[in-house]
Amino acid sequence: MSDKPESNAYWSANIRIVTWCLVIWAVVSFGFGILLRPLISGIKVGGSDLGFWFAQQGSILVFLAIIFFYAWRMNKLDAEHGVDEQ
Amino acid sequence: MDQFVLNWIFIGASFALYIGIAIWARAGSTSEFYAAGRGVHPVVNGMATGADWMSAASFISMAGLIAFTGYDNSTFLMGWTGGYVLLALMLAPYLRKFGKFTVSEFIGDRFYSPTARMVAVICLIVASTTYVIGQMTGVGVAFGRFLEVDNTTGLLIGACVVFAYAVFGGMKGVTYTQVAQYCVLIVAYTIPAIFISLQLTGNPIPAIGLFGDHAASGEPLLAKLDQIVTELGFAEYTAHHADTLNMVLFTLSLMIGTAGLPHVIMRFFTVPTVSSARWSAGWTLVFIALLYLTAPAVGAMARLNISELMWPNGADSEPVSVEMMETDEKYAWMATWQKTGLLGWEDKNGDGKIAYFNENNAEKVAAMEAAGLGSENELTNFNRDILVLANPEIANLPGWVIALVAAGGLAAALSTAAGLLLAISSAVSHDLLKGQLTPNMSEAGELMSARIAMAVAIAVATYLGLNPPGFAAQTVALAFGLAAASIFPALMMGIFSKRINNKGAVAGMLVGLIVTLVYIFLHKGWFFIPGTNSFDDSDPLLLSIKSTSFGAVGALLNFATAYFVSNATEEPPQEIQDLVESVRVPRGAGAAAADH
Repeated sequence: MSDKPESNAYWSANIRIVTWCLVIWAVVSFGFGILLRPLISGIKVGGSDLGFWFAQQGSILVFLAIIFFYAWRMNKLDAEHGVDEQ
Repeated sequence: MDQFVLNWIFIGASFALYIGIAIWARAGSTSEFYAAGRGVHPVVNGMATGADWMSAASFISMAGLIAFTGYDNSTFLMGWTGGYVLLALMLAPYLRKFGKFTVSEFIGDRFYSPTARMVAVICLIVASTTYVIGQMTGVGVAFGRFLEVDNTTGLLIGACVVFAYAVFGGMKGVTYTQVAQYCVLIVAYTIPAIFISLQLTGNPIPAIGLFGDHAASGEPLLAKLDQIVTELGFAEYTAHHADTLNMVLFTLSLMIGTAGLPHVIMRFFTVPTVSSARWSAGWTLVFIALLYLTAPAVGAMARLNISELMWPNGADSEPVSVEMMETDEKYAWMATWQKTGLLGWEDKNGDGKIAYFNENNAEKVAAMEAAGLGSENELTNFNRDILVLANPEIANLPGWVIALVAAGGLAAALSTAAGLLLAISSAVSHDLLKGQLTPNMSEAGELMSARIAMAVAIAVATYLGLNPPGFAAQTVALAFGLAAASIFPALMMGIFSKRINNKGAVAGMLVGLIVTLVYIFLHKGWFFIPGTNSFDDSDPLLLSIKSTSFGAVGALLNFATAYFVSNATEEPPQEIQDLVESVRVPRGAGAAAADH
């Protein structure tokens, strides 16, 4: 393990990334999919509206993007802070 | 060829494949039994986790629940995929770095307390057993249909098959078998969906066809569906009718529960590195999304097909006649399903027609009476769990597609039941017996007790599966609520907070588990025994929170209890704080070691 300040910087960078990812996670599912659906109902998607699409398709696609982004970003962060596995 | 024979050729061939793989990769040591020697590539691991994850609830039950409710049941789709985000970002890499075999080992070590480990084992057994009940419900439906026997007999036969299958090998056998099962189940799910999407919309991708135009009428498919279901007096398919608070809490329960289920988390112990644990979660969701993006299309298209089948000349005309149902080949599937007791109809007013409509809608009932079609719905029983299995027959697809779906449904139920039984048996033999009660037990003794634990778990699940507390996916949702309320908060706080101590974690898990379990039992009957409930989910005890949604509340109570108790008591010792520090960085993740 590396020295204390370095590992603290690594951990707080990680927390920042996780927080932003979870904000997006919540906005597309609980937000667009459920609570904010009335606000975006003016945008029509094939016989229904954008909220319906997010609830049944969009949220899943965004979840995928979040996980792959996180894996890529964290591998980069590991290397930057010298805490990656060799 | 006869459909019955064709079904058995497909089911038999797929089983021969799984058993062949299980023999080829038989577990030799305890380490292989639990974690497949950790040599599994992220893509392969993702595929196996996908099969493990997608159970009877996802394959057999979910599309049916969406079909008959519409938008409101999108919660299943978001909940069961969104949990992987939590798992990938908050648990998987850290638990892999920690490098032990089971979830309760992490909790025992992090909270430096054998009591914490015991409590975790109990939480895990309660959640997994509830989950197996849901699987057995699905197994009963599938075996009942394909052996053409009633549901109960199907369930008993299914239980014997699951038991024989799960005892065969441990994780290693299971991992490669599950790769094969994933392939079978995804092909079985998507092929009929592609056919049906082509028939209805001309688009070969069901997820796109769902938002495309209905070929026969030229209108958007969803608009056409909304129109026909409202004509039959049902609620509009795409509209939001359910209570919003309940929808949010239910989705959240499924998400947190996904990240707290031991048989899924265990999967991330079997990848070689921390970095591959992160990728593995992504690959798992790719393989799961293939089914989950298709499921809403399957549901919507089946609902449209069924409505049109029952009203062949449109909802404003005459319903299907009894004579047509008995003679026309398009309706032959209904007679075969009737034998299972899961589908039923009755010409109540003796007019020679079967009228399907919403008999709870006064306006529609009045209109039906005026048209001389009687005031009662005559499609008396349509079990939600049969929809996916009956789907290729409803759409009049060739016999081999029907047989393929049979094999796929069984693959889904079996793979998950086996994974869960493995989690239960390792909890009992590895954590409870070897870890606590009889530490000197031999490897042979450990394997033996693991198998006995499996047998007991399956017996309990089969007994309760005879009178399940809901459709397969609803029972499974209860298991997620329990996992959400007990395991996930302890794991997450164990990684993200150094301040949570042994007392806080134990108190949190106990409060979360007990409050959630009692809330569920109050609504679903004590120990799921029918008739012993004091409340009903249609009028729940607390606000509008149904027992299936309560897991999120339980999780919140768990977090709050752990926080306050920990802050009122002493800090964890320095070596535990160092352990948390080391779990947080990937460097130094070696091969994991067992506790002996």
